[in-house]
Amino acid sequence: MSILEVKNIRKTFGNIEVLKGINFSLEKGQVLSIIGSSGSGKTTLLRCLNFLETPDAGVIKVNDEILFDSADPATRSENQIRKKRLHFGLVFQSFNLFPQYTALENVMLAPKLAAKEKKIYDTEREIIKSQAIEIIEKVGLAERMNNYPHQLSGGQQQRVAIARALILNPDILCFDEPTSALDPELTGEVLKVIRGLSDSNNTMIIVTHEMEFARDVASHVIFMDGGGICEQGEPRELFENPKEERTKQFLTRYKTSSQTFPDFLDKN
Amino acid sequence: MELIFQQMPIVIGALNQGFLQTLKLFSITLLGAFPLGLIIAFGSLSKIKAISLTTQFIIWIIRGTPLMIQLLIVYYFPGLVLHTPIWGGGESGRFLAAAIAFIINYSCYFSEIYRGGIQSVPVGQQEAGLVLGMTKRQIFFHVTLLQMIKRIVPPISNEIITLVKDTALARIIALQEIIWAGQAFMKGSHGISGAIWPLFFTAFYYLIFNGIVTVALSWFEKKLEYFR
Ligand SMILES: Nc1ncnc2c1ncn2[C@@H]1O[C@H](COP(=O)(O)OP(=O)(O)O)[C@@H](O)[C@H]1O
Ligand SMILES: [Mg+2]
Repeated sequence: MSILEVKNIRKTFGNIEVLKGINFSLEKGQVLSIIGSSGSGKTTLLRCLNFLETPDAGVIKVNDEILFDSADPATRSENQIRKKRLHFGLVFQSFNLFPQYTALENVMLAPKLAAKEKKIYDTEREIIKSQAIEIIEKVGLAERMNNYPHQLSGGQQQRVAIARALILNPDILCFDEPTSALDPELTGEVLKVIRGLSDSNNTMIIVTHEMEFARDVASHVIFMDGGGICEQGEPRELFENPKEERTKQFLTRYKTSSQTFPDFLDKN
Repeated sequence: MELIFQQMPIVIGALNQGFLQTLKLFSITLLGAFPLGLIIAFGSLSKIKAISLTTQFIIWIIRGTPLMIQLLIVYYFPGLVLHTPIWGGGESGRFLAAAIAFIINYSCYFSEIYRGGIQSVPVGQQEAGLVLGMTKRQIFFHVTLLQMIKRIVPPISNEIITLVKDTALARIIALQEIIWAGQAFMKGSHGISGAIWPLFFTAFYYLIFNGIVTVALSWFEKKLEYFR
């Protein structure tokens, strides 16, 4: 059974069709990388999965439960959506940390509010805090957990954002170009954390321009072009033997960076 | 000069009493206009066109006409035009009418500042809250509100300082605030008449009060400097 099934997702803004029928599925523990040039619809796809956009058509299933079906209006109600989106987590390109809270408070806020809503915060308080600290340690920020976002580097902020998503235990964690807003010397620390997550069997969808990383970490790669899936497959196959002309062109543009792959070659 | 020193205790007593009324009007205006302004801001940001347009129209009227006229209308309109005097004749009726006019006027000014504040919080903050499973209400109170407050403290401070001085307008409906009390000594009050200096002297009250308000507001602004 697939953990995620996406069927025929379509999305139009005005009269531009941004997603032209996206189909794919994902197994538990798999890492899917989505690559493709800017404007191809990658962000919109992740936003649809996280219910920040409502697809015009299509079905989204998690663990065989239908979360969204354009044919079934009942799946669109606000209250329903709130619960359903917790199957997914989303790490934004621009981090979007809450500036008035420390790193630790950022991570604790969502579980804290959820516990308050269920009136169990008094009993859960310590558990939530120790979980948050544990996760912050996992992303390597134990020393910085009482700092405010503006006191952290971009790489550290993005790691806090990852911790903030992780504490809710999403079935599928999505990343939208998690390193694109970072100075090159800071991408490594973030990629290392994501790599660690894949090693501990988290199911993830990673939109990225880091080809080397995609190739190394992903179990499956999708190349999107003009709102559709142009080609997909095993990373090795897709990167080394792309079938489609568009894929070849796209990868050629990243050739300079893809020449330095000693890591990857060693492993295979 | 000697006369002034003799009159001083009497004048100060009367001015203090007037100032108390000024202070009351000032406080009740803020107490009412802070929350009402927020409701109006939500109205003008509403996705329902009928609500947002009506709200914006009301804001346009209130901001486009002098507060003094609004005071007169609120105070006299029910009695003179509708023939149902609702304020009663006494000081408490005048205070109520003044308070209502001030609250309406100031909440419209505040609402525009709030609106700017809400819109200046990046949409990514709301989206981050949503994907973490928060309700719109939780996002507003736990994510957006403080960021908005931080951004609106400087422009709201300007309005508050203007309000200190604007309270003097309530004299137009004979509310016995400090200027009224000062002016009374010209015609005759507490056995003193023909004295104009008490009126000038009221300026010190405004200065000192504004000084305190300014210090308090900049302290608050500093308090919020811990984040960006
Ligand atoms: N809210 C929106 N309104 C109108 N057009 C949008 C909106 N969001 C995205 N688009 C358009 O959809 C297309 C795909 O955008 P996006 O999903 O961000 O692509 P990518 O993430 O692959 O760069 C672009 O042409 C973009 O301009
Ligand atoms: Mg994008």
